[in-house]
Amino acid sequence: MTDAIQVVVAQGLTKRFGAFTAVDRLDLSIAKGEVVGFIGPNGAGKSTTIRMLCGLLRPSAGRATVAGFDVGRAPEAVREHIGYMSQKFSLYDDLTVRENLRFFSGLYRVPRREIKARTQVAIAMAGLEGREDALVRTLAGGWKQRLALGCAILHRPPVLFLDEPTSGVEPEARRKFWDLIHRLTGEGVTILVSTHYMEEAEYCNRIALINAGRLVAIGSPGEMRRRELGGSLYELDCSTLGAALVALRQAPGVIDAAIFGDKLHVLLEPTAIAADVPPLLARQGITAGAPRAIVPSLEDVFVQLVSKPHTAPAPA
Amino acid sequence: MNARRLFAIAFKETLQIWRDPRSLAIALLMPAMQMGLLGYGVSLDIKRVPLCVYDQENSQTSRELVQRFVASHWFAAAHVLHDERAVRDATDSGGCIATVTIPVNFSRILATTGAASVQTVFDATDANTTNISMGYAQGVIAQTTNDFAARWAAARGQRAQRVGGIDLEPRVWFNEGLDSRNFIIPGVVAVILGLIGAQLTSLTVSREWERGTMEQLVSTPVTALELMIGKLTPYFLNGLFDAAFCLCAAAFWFRVPFRGSIGTLILTTALFTLVVLGIGYLLSVRIRSQLGASQMAVTLTMMPITLLSGYTFPIDQMPAPIRAVTLLVHARYYVTILRAVFLKGSTIADLATPILALVLYAAVITWIAARSFRKRLD
Repeated sequence: MTDAIQVVVAQGLTKRFGAFTAVDRLDLSIAKGEVVGFIGPNGAGKSTTIRMLCGLLRPSAGRATVAGFDVGRAPEAVREHIGYMSQKFSLYDDLTVRENLRFFSGLYRVPRREIKARTQVAIAMAGLEGREDALVRTLAGGWKQRLALGCAILHRPPVLFLDEPTSGVEPEARRKFWDLIHRLTGEGVTILVSTHYMEEAEYCNRIALINAGRLVAIGSPGEMRRRELGGSLYELDCSTLGAALVALRQAPGVIDAAIFGDKLHVLLEPTAIAADVPPLLARQGITAGAPRAIVPSLEDVFVQLVSKPHTAPAPA
Repeated sequence: MNARRLFAIAFKETLQIWRDPRSLAIALLMPAMQMGLLGYGVSLDIKRVPLCVYDQENSQTSRELVQRFVASHWFAAAHVLHDERAVRDATDSGGCIATVTIPVNFSRILATTGAASVQTVFDATDANTTNISMGYAQGVIAQTTNDFAARWAAARGQRAQRVGGIDLEPRVWFNEGLDSRNFIIPGVVAVILGLIGAQLTSLTVSREWERGTMEQLVSTPVTALELMIGKLTPYFLNGLFDAAFCLCAAAFWFRVPFRGSIGTLILTTALFTLVVLGIGYLLSVRIRSQLGASQMAVTLTMMPITLLSGYTFPIDQMPAPIRAVTLLVHARYYVTILRAVFLKGSTIADLATPILALVLYAAVITWIAARSFRKRLD
C-alpha cells in the first residue's frame, strides 16, 4: 500500500470551532483506487474532516492534499478534482432528473460532446430510465441518492467524498449504492465514505474509526477484528442485563462488557477463564448461561475502541 | 468567469422561479396589483370636501353664497343644518370637514357696508386637508364678494373697483393641471421596483443555504462572481419587464405626460434595478435564512422608499438630519429621475448628479455582495 500513489494525505489535520476541537491532529492517507470507510458516532468529526478535505472548511492546523493540491491553499484546484455528496440531500428537488444533470454538467464544464453520453450513464446508474423528466422531489430516497452520486461524478473526478450517502435509505437501495461505489473504484476512483451502518464498513478496503475528533484506529476489516480487541470475546445470556453489566465491568480479568441486543458481549483478558464468569454473576444473584466464544464483529471492535478514552491511534 | 457556468446558473434559476408560485406571483402579479392600489389610492389632491351649511338668514344672497360653494367642485353638496347643536354634532361625528354659518343679518350688512362676516368652522384633525380646504373656502368667498361688489357697482352705474393693486398671474410649468397624480405615479413605479426586486432576490441564496443545495454548489468550481451574475440575470430581466409594465401603465393608463427619451428611461431603470437586486442579493448572502432575509429586505426597502425617497413627502421640507439620511436612499435618485424624465423631458446630461449617484450605489453594492459570498462553510 505504501508504494501506491497516495491521493488523499492528511497530516495533523485539526479543526477548532472556538474552544471546541472538532477534529484533532488527524493523520490519514488514502491510496489510489481505495475505498476507505469513515466510521464513528455522531459528532465525532467525520463531516468536518470531509469538508476540510473538500476545501469547504479551512483547517485550523495541519495540512492536507487531495489529488496533489493543498486544501487550504488551493481549494479551487481541489474542487476541480473531487466529487462531493454532502450529508443532506443536495440536488434541486424542484428540477427534473435531466435538469439537475444538465445543471451540474454546466457547472463542471463537461465537454459538450460528452454531456449526452454521461447523462445517459448517470440516468442508467440511478435506474431512472423513463423518469428523466420527473421532478426530483417525487423520487424515493434510494433513487435520489444514486442520482446525487451520478451528478457528483459527471466530471469524472479522481476522488470522491461521500458523507453518509446511504443514511435513511432502505437496505436494498443501500446495497445497490455500494455496487456503484465498487464499480467506480474498479475504474481507479479513490473514495472516502462515511457511514454509521456497520455492515457497510465490511465493504471497505480500510476502515478509519474516528471518535471525539481523533482517529482511533485504521485498518482493513479483518485486521481490525484480529488486532484491536486485545482479548477474547464471549457472548453471554443472562437474566438482568443491566446489573450483569455493572458487575462484570468491576470483575477481575474483564476488559470490557457491553450489551448487544438481548445478550452481553464480554471481553476477557487472554489469561482469564470464561467458565469463571457465571459463578461470579451468581454471587450477585444473576443467573447466566455458559459463555460462548465468538468471532468479534466490527461493531464489537468499535464499541471497545470508542469506550477506551484517549487511545493513541494504532498504526495500520 | 466562465460563460457556461454562468448560463447553467441563470437557466436553473429561471426554472426555479418559474416553478415557484410564490416567486412567480411576486414577479408578475405584484406590479399590476401595486400599480392599481398605489396609483389610485395615493392622491394628494383634496376634492369634494364634505360641507355643512347653517344658513340663519336664508335670503337670496345667502343662498347664492351657498350655491357658490357647491358649484366649485372643491366642496361636496352642502348638508343643510338648522341649529348650532347640529353644527357641533356634524363636526364631532366627522360628517363634515367644513361648516359655514351665515348670520341672520348677512345680506343687510353686506348691502349697507359692503363687507359682511361668514363664520367657517373646520375640523382640523387632518391639518393638511384643513389647510387646503381653508384656501378653497377663502377663494370661493373672495370670488363671490368680488362678483357681488361688481354687480352693485354696475347697478349704481359705476365701474367695479379692484381690490388691491398688484395682480398675480401665476403660470405653473411641467404639471400644468397641478395634478398630484402626475408627480406621484412616477414615484409609485420606483416604489414597486424597489420592493419587488429586493424581495425576490433576498430569497435566492438563502433558499440554497436552507435546502442544503448550497453545500453542493460551493463544492463545485463555480466562482462567487459567476454565481452572483448567473443568479441575478433572470431577476434583472424580470425587473426590466416589471419596469416596462409599470412605466407603460403610468404613461398610457394613468396618462402621466411623458416628455423625455425612452433611452434615458431604460438606462436609468436598468441602473436602479441593478442597485435593488444587489441589495436583495447582499442580504441573501449575509442572512442565511429565507425568512430573515426577506423580512430584512422589506424593512430595509419599504420604510426608506415610501418615507424618504421624496415620493410622497418632499425631501426639501424635511429637517436637515433626515435630509442627510435620504442621501442613502437609492430610490430618491430614481424618483427624481423619473419625475424629471416624465414631466420635464430631462436628458442624461440634466440628470448627471442622480445618475452618478445610482452608478456609485450600484458599484458599491455589487462589489460588497460579490465579496460577501464565501465558498466556505466557516
